[in-house]
Amino acid sequence: MVLVYSDDHKLTLELLNKGSELARELNKSLTAVIIGKDEFSKDYIAHGADKVVIAETELNQFKAEEYTDILEGVIKETGSETILISSNKNGKELASRLAAKFKAGCITDCTNVYLKDKKLTAERIVYSGNAVAVEQFNTIPQIVTIPSKVFDPLPKDEKHKGEVIKKKIDVQKSSSKILKVQEMKTEGVNVEDAEIIVSCGRGFKNKEDIKLVSELADVLKGRTVGCSRPIAADLKWLSEDHWIGLSGHKVKPKLYIAAGISGQIQHIAGMRDSGVIVAINKDPEALIFKSADYGIVGDLYEVLPKLTDAIKTKMG
Amino acid sequence: MNIIVCAKQVVDVSEIKVDPNTNKPILAGVPQKISDIDKNAMEEAIKIKEKHSGKITALTVGPADAKERIKELLAMGADEGILIAQPEKLDYYVLSNILAAAIKKIGEYDIILCGEASIDLFSGQIGPRIAGLLNIPQITYAQDITAEKEKVVSERNLGDKAVTIESSFPVMITVTKEINEPRLPSLMQILAAANKPIHDWSAEDVASEKLEPKITTVDIKGVPMERKNVIYQNDIDESVGKLVDSLIKEGVLR
Repeated sequence: MVLVYSDDHKLTLELLNKGSELARELNKSLTAVIIGKDEFSKDYIAHGADKVVIAETELNQFKAEEYTDILEGVIKETGSETILISSNKNGKELASRLAAKFKAGCITDCTNVYLKDKKLTAERIVYSGNAVAVEQFNTIPQIVTIPSKVFDPLPKDEKHKGEVIKKKIDVQKSSSKILKVQEMKTEGVNVEDAEIIVSCGRGFKNKEDIKLVSELADVLKGRTVGCSRPIAADLKWLSEDHWIGLSGHKVKPKLYIAAGISGQIQHIAGMRDSGVIVAINKDPEALIFKSADYGIVGDLYEVLPKLTDAIKTKMG
Repeated sequence: MNIIVCAKQVVDVSEIKVDPNTNKPILAGVPQKISDIDKNAMEEAIKIKEKHSGKITALTVGPADAKERIKELLAMGADEGILIAQPEKLDYYVLSNILAAAIKKIGEYDIILCGEASIDLFSGQIGPRIAGLLNIPQITYAQDITAEKEKVVSERNLGDKAVTIESSFPVMITVTKEINEPRLPSLMQILAAANKPIHDWSAEDVASEKLEPKITTVDIKGVPMERKNVIYQNDIDESVGKLVDSLIKEGVLR
C-alpha cells in the first residue's frame, strides 16, 4: 500500500501524482489520509486515490506528536509500506518523528523518487546545492517527503473510483499547548508561481533603492520582486515571501533577473531551474555570472533604470 | 536547568570546490566546522543558562577530530562535551538512535536543542527523531525561545505563519539561523575551555542494539549548470540594448 499525507490540500494533490505512479509500478493501491473534517475526499479520488481514510478527531491544530500518533495508526491499519509526505515544515517534522516511531528510513526534500532495482530510490540536494545524493531504502516502511512543485497534480479524472473510510483513532494528547497562530508579515507575493522575477541582493545600498527592481518588474509585467537571503533575513527590507534560496523559496520562472546578487550557492539552489537567467553585477568575477545566460557587468544603479527604459520603449 | 545541545561537525560548504570534469563536489581537504545552525542552538542554550543557571552538555557523534570542534562549543559556554565515535555505517536512523540513547544515559535533561538542520546534508530529521524516540514534545523551526522555570514558550517560523507553543519539560527544540547571532568566545574563554571535560563514548556504550542503516547512499552526483554565459561588459547603453534584443529572441518578453 502506498499512502500520501499533507496538511495542505494542494500539496496532497501533487503527492497523489507520484503516489499513483509508484502504486501502479508496485502493483499496490493508493491511500490518501485526511486528518479532521472531510473536505476533499472526492477531489483526492478524482486525482488518483483508491482509498481515502478520514481520521476523525477533535484536534483542530497541527501538533507533530498527535499527528504522528494518528498517522501511525492509519499506516498500521492499512498496512502501508511506502509513505509520501509533503516537505512543508509541518510535513518534515511529522515524517521524521514518524520514522523514529517505525524505526524506518526517511528521506526528506526529494527532488525525484523512483524504483530502481525494485528498491525505492530518491534524490535530494546536498552540500548547499553543490551535489545531488542518490539514496535507496533497505527496509520498509519507507518514508519520503517531497517539496511543493516537484510534481504537478494529475488532471482530474471524475470516473476514477475509490472508497472513503472513516476511522476514529486514539491519540495520546501532547502536553504542549498552542498559544497563538499569527500570519507572518507578508506582502502577499507568491514567487513560486511567478513567470518573471526580478531579484535584488546585497548590491543595494538602501531599502528605498529596491524600487529600481520593482519598476523593472512592472515593465516586464512580471511584477514579482524576489531577493537573496540578506535582504529578507538579515536586513528585513523585504518580507520572507520574497526570499529565494535554499532556505527560502525555490522558483522556476521563465525569466529570472538577479541584480546586485553575488551568486552564493544557496541562492543558486533556489533559482537554478529558471528558464533564462540574467545577472547584473558590477564585479565581473561575481559567481552569479557562471549561473547566468546573459549578464551585464555594470553598476546596477546605472543599468537597471536604462534596462527599464529600453524594455518600455521596445515593448510599448 | 539541564540543557543538551546536539551539534554536528560538517564540511564548510562554502569552501567546497566542484571538479570541472565530473561536476562532483571535492570533499577531501575541505575545512571542517560546527554546523552553523547548531551554533545558534548553542547560543540559545547559553542565554537560557544565563537566566536560570544550570548545565549545558554538548553532544556530538563524529570522528576523533570533532573533539577540536567540541572545544569551540566549550569556549562559547558549554560545561562539558561528549564525543561518540562515529560508526562506519550510518544514516539518520542510526544517528538519532545513538543520540537518543546517549541522552537517556545522561539522564537529566530539561531542554534538548538542535539546529533545524545541518548545513551539509540539510535533512532536518535528527531533532524530531530524537523527540520521537524519547517520546517528548517537539518544537521545530523556533525563531524565539523564552524559558521560564517550569516551562518554555517558543515561536515556530512556518514561513507564512508564526505559531507560538508552550511546553513543559522535557522538550526538544530546533532553532532557525535567524534566532540569534552566536557569540565569538574571548581568548580567556578559549583558554579556560581546555580545562572542561570531553567524554569519549562509543555507540556500543549507549545503544542496546546493533544499529543497521535503513538507507544507503548509492551516489553523490554533480549538478550540471549549463548556461549560455553571454556577458556584456563594455558600454552600458550598448550592453542594455544587446540584452533586450537577446531576451526578445528568447521569447521571454511580452
